[in-house]
Amino acid sequence: MRSAKVLVATVAVALAGCAAAPMGSSSAAGASAPPRLGQPISEAQLAKWNIDVRTPDGLGLPPGKGSVADGKKVYDAKCLACHGEAAKGGPVFGAMVGGIGSFKTNTRVLTPGSMYPYAGVLFDYVRRAMPMNAPQSLTDDESYAVSAYILHLNGLMPANGVGDAKTFTALVMPNRDGFISDTRPDVKAERCMSNCPPISSTRGKK
Amino acid sequence: MKLSEKMKELVESSRRELQGRESKSHDPGRRRMLGRTLAMAGAAGVATQAGAQALEVPPSAKEHGRPMPANEYGMPSKFEAHVKRRRTDVFVNRQNFSDWSMTPLHQQHGIVTPNGLIFERHHNGVPDIDPDKHSFVIHGMVRQPLKFSMADLMKYPSVTKFYFHECSGNGLTDWLAPKSKTVQQTHGLLSCAQWTGVPVATLLEEAGVLKEAQWALAEGADGASHARSIPMKKLLDDALLVYASNGEMLRPENGYPLRLFTPGWEGNTSVKWLRRLKLGDKPWHLRSETARYTDPMPDGKWRQFSMEMECKSVVTSPSGGMKIKPGTIEILGFAWSGNGSIRAVDVTLDGGRTWREARLEEPVLDKTLTRFRLTVKWDGAPMTIASRAMDSTGYVQPTVDDIKKVRAIVGFVQHHNAIFPWDVAASGEVSNAIG
Repeated sequence: MRSAKVLVATVAVALAGCAAAPMGSSSAAGASAPPRLGQPISEAQLAKWNIDVRTPDGLGLPPGKGSVADGKKVYDAKCLACHGEAAKGGPVFGAMVGGIGSFKTNTRVLTPGSMYPYAGVLFDYVRRAMPMNAPQSLTDDESYAVSAYILHLNGLMPANGVGDAKTFTALVMPNRDGFISDTRPDVKAERCMSNCPPISSTRGKK
Repeated sequence: MKLSEKMKELVESSRRELQGRESKSHDPGRRRMLGRTLAMAGAAGVATQAGAQALEVPPSAKEHGRPMPANEYGMPSKFEAHVKRRRTDVFVNRQNFSDWSMTPLHQQHGIVTPNGLIFERHHNGVPDIDPDKHSFVIHGMVRQPLKFSMADLMKYPSVTKFYFHECSGNGLTDWLAPKSKTVQQTHGLLSCAQWTGVPVATLLEEAGVLKEAQWALAEGADGASHARSIPMKKLLDDALLVYASNGEMLRPENGYPLRLFTPGWEGNTSVKWLRRLKLGDKPWHLRSETARYTDPMPDGKWRQFSMEMECKSVVTSPSGGMKIKPGTIEILGFAWSGNGSIRAVDVTLDGGRTWREARLEEPVLDKTLTRFRLTVKWDGAPMTIASRAMDSTGYVQPTVDDIKKVRAIVGFVQHHNAIFPWDVAASGEVSNAIG
């Protein structure tokens, strides 16, 4: 008698919870809907966090611009110490120039010039993560400029070029069509138990 | 019956030995020692040859231990200090901010990796984030962008699940020739823990997903603002907002106070120090999904968004750097699959010509490290040992040669799930035999 009353009360609470939660209607009787503790926030309030650039459409590339010439100044001041003169590789990281055309050889050289499918990828990475000891310290203009300089060093922008949302979206990068989607499982091995072909190993090659 | 016969034999042989000794010297200490040896053998339920030294009462039983620590987090014994994460020896990073360290799989007991040994991969070091100041945001293609505090997130109904966690680059130095010595360095970008958190679906429902939303950007609050595009299907299916592992809050190096966790998927999609999910209709094609974490394919192409870590296994004992003796040995290892649970593991001792099915140790769980064991006799002849796993989808772990037929193995290649051989020399020394 007493327990039946408790049960009825529990179900009533659960149903009330469902009614209050527009999308929580799948809750079973006895289980309560999760709380709704998210605090509404506007996209404007999120502006400083909202730094991503999507490609190929360039969504998120900000206003502003930076020239190759200005980019060299930024690079020499803030990047050269790790990446070396003219992005040829430095004491901490390897070259960021060259490698275009290397992907059909047995030695693929990965640089922003050879690897990135869109210029916006470079801008996004510079703005979010570089320089490594002071990420997100560059202005948008500086990020455009240093990205333009690196693209120039890779032969992808003229010396008098200027990086901005329009030029970075329009620029056709060498590896633009270099990516395919996941096709796995791409191998189909058999569960052989006897008289199997040996697996490749150092012993097999001795 | 058998045991009592052995005991009788042991008593007889001891008596003979004792009589022989007594004829040369009268040594009461020797008599006491033999008596104790027999008692020990009987207590252990195993009859052994009388060859052990007499046991003394250890000093630890005759003095105070250390006083109970007043305010200390318990640490492993000082005699276990060698069990730790290690970096690769194959090449040395010239900075340790974008770097990785590996789990000592050969020293792990059971399927759970202790928090202090879970592998690390950071893109710009380990941030120290005050949970009281951390905010997590859902925005983009939602009806109402929402901000959550850590305290509020932890009020939601949580789930706790065992899952393995593996870096897509696990094994990348050892595709075609032996480069790494130990299994820690060949396979240690792999761990397994019991993760606690809130299903992402719960919070997405609260924000109200617009029907156009197909992908979400997950971004960390670290110095790299590491980010990945994750399909909505995965977020709604089984992804978690994790704040604890193995019963305690995440360690800083594993994402404290909040990380995304994408079960069975390559480790870097489980974005650490998570600060936002931004919903959109297409993937972003960030550096971390174009220039990194992609697979070289024939004809100069690259495969991207290869998220699942496919079925794989490795023998952890005996493994590189160990030395075994002829006799009975137990072959021990791990198997796992990002596509399901482990159905079977086979072991070869002859370089793949013949295989025997190993025993799987409970529990055998979905997307979790599974232990396998096989007891064999080793006669001292050189051998090549390896394991091969099959998962619940029927997928069988391939060889490097199988993979080479469909992918290009040039440079540091991701997603190495091939069968991995160890060579055992006549000396008993075990070494990496990939090649």
